[in-house]
Amino acid sequence: MERHMDDLLAGLKMQLLKMSAMTETMIADAVSMLVNRDVTLMKGVTEREQQVNLMQVEIDENCLNLIALHQPTAGDLRFILGAAKTNAELERLADQAVNICQKAEELIKEPPIQPFELVPPMAKVAGEMVKDSLHAFVNRDVARARDVLVRDAELDEYKRRITNELVKVMQADGTTVSRALALALVARNLERIGDHATNIAENAIFVAEGRDVRHHLEEAKRSNLES
Amino acid sequence: MQPRIEVANLNLFYGTFQALQDVSLTVRACRITALIGPSGCGKSTLLRTLNRMNDLIPGVKITGRVLLDGQDIYAPGQDVCALRKKVGMVFQRPNPFPLSVKENVAFGLRVAGVRDRQTIDEVVETSLRGAWLWEQVRDRLDRSALTLPLDQQQRLCIARLLAVEPEVILMDEPCSALDPIATGRIEELMLELRKKYTIVIVTHNMQQAARISDYTGYMLLGRMVEFGVTSKIFTNPTEKQTQDYISGRYG
Repeated sequence: MERHMDDLLAGLKMQLLKMSAMTETMIADAVSMLVNRDVTLMKGVTEREQQVNLMQVEIDENCLNLIALHQPTAGDLRFILGAAKTNAELERLADQAVNICQKAEELIKEPPIQPFELVPPMAKVAGEMVKDSLHAFVNRDVARARDVLVRDAELDEYKRRITNELVKVMQADGTTVSRALALALVARNLERIGDHATNIAENAIFVAEGRDVRHHLEEAKRSNLES
Repeated sequence: MQPRIEVANLNLFYGTFQALQDVSLTVRACRITALIGPSGCGKSTLLRTLNRMNDLIPGVKITGRVLLDGQDIYAPGQDVCALRKKVGMVFQRPNPFPLSVKENVAFGLRVAGVRDRQTIDEVVETSLRGAWLWEQVRDRLDRSALTLPLDQQQRLCIARLLAVEPEVILMDEPCSALDPIATGRIEELMLELRKKYTIVIVTHNMQQAARISDYTGYMLLGRMVEFGVTSKIFTNPTEKQTQDYISGRYG
């Protein structure tokens, strides 16, 4: 039997898809602004952040109403809870995109510093993790979600390498401190993007399987190897 | 959304007992309005005032106004039969007549003087389709309505009502005699009917009110404690009494 509830859940899914698409493009544009030194991209990113904030409020209200009015159970309840959590992660992802733009604006004014060449591949990994985690959530793709969880270590390694290189650069030349700190913050932003992506991936597994895999990375790795 | 029914300062007495106290609310067109509250709070009494079914009870006295499309239904000279055709009612216990399925639906037409067989057949089919019952009964229209399962009997009662082209449908706990699956079907039907009809439902099932209604009124001891958009009533009610009732702390 077609249920009114199914239409409402489909509506929530559409809202999330729209918000996800906007957030992904914001991250892509922020990274492009940084890598290609294109200041014209900043305005569009900050404008979209306002829209994302509005979407966050609308989605939270929708989730609240669905729970209060329709007493969802089992998979429907997990999806709504997962959607509310993913909603928060998407808003934070949008904030990170704006933060990257702000640091990019500073960095573009001066010549690039040494570990900058590590930023594009790090950004690529972060962007792919976001894309894959959102795909996993929307399509209940547990395998892809587990893959995202495993790749977070790659981002952590990039951040570590960038930070170590920046320390050496600052020690060698005190005039680079300002740029180095800005770049360190960008690396931190990208690493945080990865963290949000892993949170979305964990939500995806919860929605699909009803299992809470937070703080159990080894279990996720083992399951990934077995599947 | 236009108001379809407006109730203003309504008081109702059964003899010396005051069952409704200064009740006011607005029922909007093509929306579902639910009345909830503990047993004896006046929900069914209020529902029955909307098509003057309380007139059938000796000793009832009413003050205040009930406006249907701006007309006071309690004004002198009102055609009560025409009112009850326009504002139909579905009861808690399905009450099909001891007639065939077809004759149940056609009954109102025949009382209204319709004789043309083709017209009756068309209206019967349209009404049964409107109540999502046609596919289940199309091959047994001549069988007794009393042989149908309960939820089909209830949908037959709805079809019977649709045949006389009401504009407002009153439902007094229409699902309380039904199992959860049957209840679900009736609820989905109500959401479909809402596209064309204005519906007022009395229900003991708060979750039902939350699921299907657009507006909800919480009643207690004959008073309308709070009336508003259902999503607000169930997420952020204004009155503590409402909060206590819907969270199970009372009643």
